[in-house]
Amino acid sequence: MQFNELIHGFPVLTITGLTQGAIYALIALGYTLVYGVLRLINFAHSDVFMIGTFGAIWTWSAFGFDANSARPSVGEALGLIALAIVVAALLCGFFAMLVEVTAYRPLRARNAPPLAFLITAIGASFVLSEGMGAFTNRRQFGVPAMLPTEPIAEVGSWSITPLQLATLSIAILAMVALDWFVQRTRFGRGIRAVAQDANTAALMGVNKNRVILLVFLIGGLMAGVAAVLSDMKAASTRFNVGFLIGLKAFAAAVLGGIGNLRGAALGGILLGLVENYASAVFGTNFRDFVGFLVLILLLMFRPTGLLGESLGRARA
Amino acid sequence: MTDVRTRWRGFRHGVSQRWDRQPKATKIGLILVFIVFLYALPERGFYEYLGLPLGEYIPLYTTRNDMATVLFQCGYYILLAMGLNIVVGYAGLLDLGFFGFFAVGAYTVATLTSPNSKIFTEYNWLESPWPWLVALPLAIALSLLAGVILGWPVLRLRGDYLAIVTLGFAEMIRIVAQQNDWIFNGDRGIARIAHPPGKNSDGSPIFAFDAKPYYWLILTVIIAMVFLIRNLVRSRVGRAWVAIREDEDAAELMGVPTYKFKLWAFAMGAGIGGFSGALWAGQNSFVNASTFRLEQSILVLAAVLLGGAGNIFGAILGGFLVIYVPEWLRSVGDVFGLPEQVRIAGEPYDVSATNLRYLFFGIILIVIMIFRPQGLWANRRRAAELKDREKEAIVGA
Repeated sequence: MQFNELIHGFPVLTITGLTQGAIYALIALGYTLVYGVLRLINFAHSDVFMIGTFGAIWTWSAFGFDANSARPSVGEALGLIALAIVVAALLCGFFAMLVEVTAYRPLRARNAPPLAFLITAIGASFVLSEGMGAFTNRRQFGVPAMLPTEPIAEVGSWSITPLQLATLSIAILAMVALDWFVQRTRFGRGIRAVAQDANTAALMGVNKNRVILLVFLIGGLMAGVAAVLSDMKAASTRFNVGFLIGLKAFAAAVLGGIGNLRGAALGGILLGLVENYASAVFGTNFRDFVGFLVLILLLMFRPTGLLGESLGRARA
Repeated sequence: MTDVRTRWRGFRHGVSQRWDRQPKATKIGLILVFIVFLYALPERGFYEYLGLPLGEYIPLYTTRNDMATVLFQCGYYILLAMGLNIVVGYAGLLDLGFFGFFAVGAYTVATLTSPNSKIFTEYNWLESPWPWLVALPLAIALSLLAGVILGWPVLRLRGDYLAIVTLGFAEMIRIVAQQNDWIFNGDRGIARIAHPPGKNSDGSPIFAFDAKPYYWLILTVIIAMVFLIRNLVRSRVGRAWVAIREDEDAAELMGVPTYKFKLWAFAMGAGIGGFSGALWAGQNSFVNASTFRLEQSILVLAAVLLGGAGNIFGAILGGFLVIYVPEWLRSVGDVFGLPEQVRIAGEPYDVSATNLRYLFFGIILIVIMIFRPQGLWANRRRAAELKDREKEAIVGA
């Protein structure tokens, strides 16, 4: 127990926790969207994210950047990041839709029990991660340095690096865009309608399968953005990188109230913060331990999460 | 395609009808012959007696690993699958961290029986290491207790949350085990775990490096467990479990104390998982944190659902297949000279069955759930439940 470290390192821990939390939140949005519409834990989502981390690396290496190359200028770096986000998001969106079409849609047609969906989800997760494992020889890939990691702005003991600033602003931008899409557009209304009552929505002329496909697509897009941000933060990736981060993102979604978009964002950021504070107090080895402990305790006292479950409920 | 399917169905129906018509004595006799066959499986002499060409490839024998070792591995997976089958198959509770209980059993035996364990070398809590047989009941009791402690708060939650909490639990156990400076010694692990007791007539211990006695031991345990679980699921407890699986609210209204029986199922499954862990630790004689990766929990679940949840023999079949088939595929690869590596654009890729087995597994899981959601060897009642649901599907929705 080292509370001194928590007190002295509080500003740094808060900023790093926020950036990590923003990444969790982006992935959690994918889980929560699918859960809100289908009542299904999309286990393969973590591996869709993993594919995105490779997509970003491939994009950068196509421009001649590898783990050892010198950092590009800031303008160049921002362009490269934007490009990587586009590639990774499209890749993730494609694979997310592929999972829905091959693993979930045939089961829905047969009205299979919920357990069957979970098994195909696990199956799809295996196929994606092990396929990528075989494809990359299970090697670890380094990420080229993009943005400087020296602090640019300091206020007292609070400081922020360009990398953290970019991560936070990109994540917030993506989340605001998603919120606008779901709350304000025609497509978003379709998603909320199907989440509320799929069969009635279908009777009202909403194409249920197309809406579900759309949900997987935008979940995948968010995972793609998260993949690029996570690449830059973690500086390396592997075929099994999705597992732990996906598990935590799911925990974040449950923490905020699964099926609730703003809840997922809140849960992700809270989990990132709690984890970072706890790792200062109990040591980094217990980072993951504390995350799950918080989740279990919260579920015991507030089983519907912090903000409650809702996507498309009347109050949303 | 349909022709093959109808013929296969007819064949299966014929076999099961003929089996049902046999007098009881014949049935018992045939089962006994089958059990003897199971005991003889790892003996090379058995294949020589049958006149199969040895030294070359034998259809059942595995070439890469010792057959008895492979069979033992199948054995502890079968035991795990039987335990998880109670939780998932009968009570319908989704447990994604089942391997955590296996870890509790294995670590209990390891810390108590190994002279290298920190209990003796650093903390001096006990005078001398325990024998394996004394640690075994404690291992089972502790994993049962772990099941109750975990189940007590969690079983009040909905199914999906149960899944994530059990997943988190297994991960937490692994994280605790990974701490180097703690009792479990992290990835360096605990070596020199005691073997089960017993001596041959010449004074050498029965349970040493040869895997055959362990296989026979675990086979005996499995056979005993089949009788135990069969009787349990035909009793009031088993009927309560099935009622909970089919409709929890209806069961509660009919006066089944659902929470109590769910906790029971959870604890029973956990105890069997711990038993399997204790047996495994006794054979392997070494335990470290990297043994308990989460893929293992998923693999056990896959075994149960592949074989057919809700049927003991389905769980046994599933547990056997998930270990044996990849191992057997390696042998087949050896015999037919399948390549282990291919070079694409100068880069070597590992294409051995071992490397790709989870990939194939994933595909098999998806295909089976789509075409045969009840599993390979399904429980009749559960298959009927699933058929009912399929009829309720809204066409075109």
